[in-house]
Amino acid sequence: MKIRVLVRPKEGILDPQGEAVRGALPALGFGGVKTVHIGRLIEMEVESADEVDAMCRRLLSNPTIEEYEWEVVS
Amino acid sequence: MGGGLVRIGVTIFPGSNCDRDALYAVGRMGAEPVELWHAEADLKRVDAVIVPGGFSYGDYLRPGAIARFAAVMGPLEGFAAEGGPVIGVCNGFQVLCEAHLLPGALLQNTHMRFVCDRVRVRVEATNTPWTAGCEGGEELTLPVAHNEGNFFADAETLARLEDEDRVVLRYLENPNGSANDIAGVCNEGRNVVGIMPHPERVSDPALGSEEGLKILRSVLVGAGV
Repeated sequence: MKIRVLVRPKEGILDPQGEAVRGALPALGFGGVKTVHIGRLIEMEVESADEVDAMCRRLLSNPTIEEYEWEVVS
Repeated sequence: MGGGLVRIGVTIFPGSNCDRDALYAVGRMGAEPVELWHAEADLKRVDAVIVPGGFSYGDYLRPGAIARFAAVMGPLEGFAAEGGPVIGVCNGFQVLCEAHLLPGALLQNTHMRFVCDRVRVRVEATNTPWTAGCEGGEELTLPVAHNEGNFFADAETLARLEDEDRVVLRYLENPNGSANDIAGVCNEGRNVVGIMPHPERVSDPALGSEEGLKILRSVLVGAGV
């Protein structure tokens, strides 16, 4: 099955990448962008979804600074 | 220590690039350098361990995230739990945070640029094996070279680190946006230290300074040498 994991900075955690992009958008003429947060999309094919949560906690995200969610795509 | 030289191990991961500098610096300390290959679950009876800088596993996923699961980390975690002196420098600091041997995490520098410079730091705590040879409040000039050196911990953890005197080094001029100007911290047992500056890069007058030896040689104080 296909799994999609989304990892992103926890709320309130400084996100320099997101900040840089937020600053760059107006320079290209895109107005009205209030916040930008950049995370990571991980797609995996696995035999079972049983251990996906453990994978997210132990490796795919760092719980100190990131939060994650995952879904079965197909 | 049996009368022989103190044995200091340096872990080597794919992508470590300060391992040779660290091994050289161990020689300059007057100790015996021991290579600790990532794929071997063997600390080779060392008395202390340096986890050096670099880009272990290409910094893929997050700096230190993959190295944390290398075979050598099993015995290293046991060694740390028993009170063995461990220092992580730069990427090594990131590895120790990922391994939960140290609190917090190292985020991207606030200004989004790699910083390569010499910075002044103050030794805030001398009751660790890696700062015992320094004087409290002593100021050192040490090189930094990193993109993710911005120390972060939640407010509660930061308060605990300050209360428990676990901020080991503090920047006088913050180069990366780190919380409370933190350049280095230690664990609860005080035997595991992580610092962003590179003491091994200033371990020989030919490199412009040997101030880094003050930190590295500290570990020999505890070993009674």
